Amino acid sequence: MIQTLKMAFRDLGRNRRRSFFSSLAVGVGLAMLILMSSVVTGEMGGAIENAIKLQSGHIQIRAATYDENKSSLKWEDLVANPDEIANQIGALSQVKSATPRLYASGFLSSGNQSAGAKITGIDPLSPANDPYREGVISGSYLNPDDRDAVLIGKPMAEKLKLKVGDNVALSLNTADGNVQEQIFIVKGIYTTNTYGFDGATVFLPLIKAQAMTQTENHASAIFILLKDTAMTDTVIPVLSVPANLEVKSWKDLNALFVEWEAMAQSYIVIFYMIILAITASVIINTLIMSVYERTREIGILSAIGMRGGRIMMLFLAESSMLAVGGVILGLIIGVLGTLYFNVNGFYIGNMGLSGIVITDTIYAKLTMDNLVNLTIMTFVVTLLSGLYPAVMASRMQPVAALRAEK
Amino acid sequence: MEVVKIENVTRVYQIGKLETRALQGVNLSIASEEFTSLVGPSGSGKTTLLQMIGCLDQPTSGRVIVNGKDVTKLNRNQRADMRRENIGFIFQFFALIPTLSAYENIEMPLLLNGQGAGERKARVMELLKAVDLTDRANNRPDQLSGGQQQRVAIARALAPKPALILADEPTANLDTENGRQVMDIMQKLNKDTGVTFVFATHDPRVINYARRVVTLQDGLIEKESKPVKK
Repeated sequence: MIQTLKMAFRDLGRNRRRSFFSSLAVGVGLAMLILMSSVVTGEMGGAIENAIKLQSGHIQIRAATYDENKSSLKWEDLVANPDEIANQIGALSQVKSATPRLYASGFLSSGNQSAGAKITGIDPLSPANDPYREGVISGSYLNPDDRDAVLIGKPMAEKLKLKVGDNVALSLNTADGNVQEQIFIVKGIYTTNTYGFDGATVFLPLIKAQAMTQTENHASAIFILLKDTAMTDTVIPVLSVPANLEVKSWKDLNALFVEWEAMAQSYIVIFYMIILAITASVIINTLIMSVYERTREIGILSAIGMRGGRIMMLFLAESSMLAVGGVILGLIIGVLGTLYFNVNGFYIGNMGLSGIVITDTIYAKLTMDNLVNLTIMTFVVTLLSGLYPAVMASRMQPVAALRAEK
Repeated sequence: MEVVKIENVTRVYQIGKLETRALQGVNLSIASEEFTSLVGPSGSGKTTLLQMIGCLDQPTSGRVIVNGKDVTKLNRNQRADMRRENIGFIFQFFALIPTLSAYENIEMPLLLNGQGAGERKARVMELLKAVDLTDRANNRPDQLSGGQQQRVAIARALAPKPALILADEPTANLDTENGRQVMDIMQKLNKDTGVTFVFATHDPRVINYARRVVTLQDGLIEKESKPVKK
């Protein structure tokens, strides 16, 4: 075995440049797999967390009749006495924060510019709303008793050419189906680095939103953040809510996103297969060339009594050495590349995907599972690539092989 | 004792529609310790006959018996085992593995036979001494002259102590002096160890070394003789 490995190593050394580039091809293939997987993991993980933090929470309690798409404000579609329910839920040990929210559809206008908006009434003091408070880039955050202040996103401010202190007309639907309009002052401009969310969401203090929409002591939902996403399935069964309400998990609330993620994972597997196929073809090509160049040597080995199986082992040893070299190169390139994108991120700008909350910068995230799986997958594919040339070498007729030109 | 027995062996090559009869019913017997030369013009069937004896090729018909075993009935792996254990080869183009040193080339058949490290080392050193290449043990083929390479090939052929050594034009790529040295070594080893040598050649100087000369013509044995030494 040692002699076989020694021979394989020296054979690769005969054409160092070709061997190096073959290993490099494996390495680049693995590095690309690692980078792709890290970017996708970063994007998916980040986007889900972002969607939970900004839009859906881990759990929402809503009226069973509430239709999210219509942002219904009819009392029967809303949660009555929301503070009381939020306080009860907030007392649970797994819950980080529970707060009522009121959603209404409306539009903002300034001068001759206008834009549709999802008006969200929030309790400014709730920790669940920290991402908006922390995202204020101009002006200041809302107070619970503000009566003419709004917090708008940066893209909305740019679109309507608004700055802090400007007046803006806000029109929205009310519980009885009328439209209410009022002039507000832009108190603050925020960003969550999520173009789609920031461009559409306008915040008002909950009490003001309830007053304007005539929903009084009602909310569209109780927005619940847990201490850990993994707790979701254990918390839902212990929540007791009145019969007219229902409990929805972040998976229900981000169904489109979850579906999109599954689809993206399928596509990514196709990309993996393409990269591995390219890598495999390089290795097959290298080893077939090697077999043809060494046909006479194969004949000599066969003549002195080396069995076909052992000749096959020799070529498999070569492909495994190329695989080892390639995997080492790939791990170095892939991990360094991932570290770079983990720190600096990968700017994608506005993806323009409605209903999916994706930040404008993706930070690569490498998991040990992905690293190990991709490394093993690349190694095995490279080894298997050596199988065909190895079988070809082992099946050569000694007489024909000895007759080959040197 | 008979080392090789060829019984009515034919070998027909089919290349497209063209049929070439390389051997047309050869009968030959080679006894132990013989130093036999197969001679004849190009295309007479010398190399084909050596390949049959060496289990490198299979006859179209007839039987080839080596060391008492009918090798025409062996499968691919059994023929490889037969070559490894009973037959040594010396080729015109030296046929050494370029990535291995002289020592490692000689050691290769012993490794394939599964011999222990100590046993292998002793045998390789003994053979390097016999072909006068002890000081070249660590040189790779490209660092050796043609004559030295052929001497390594002889040592490798002898390494597993085979019953039979087959040499195909062993001096064709060597100058006169190196050719003479190689033939001297082969002759000496034949005398000292008793191993049977069968070599194909059309070099008259080499033929003179043989104790028996078998002449082939058009795939048939034309005559047998003993060379007339000048």
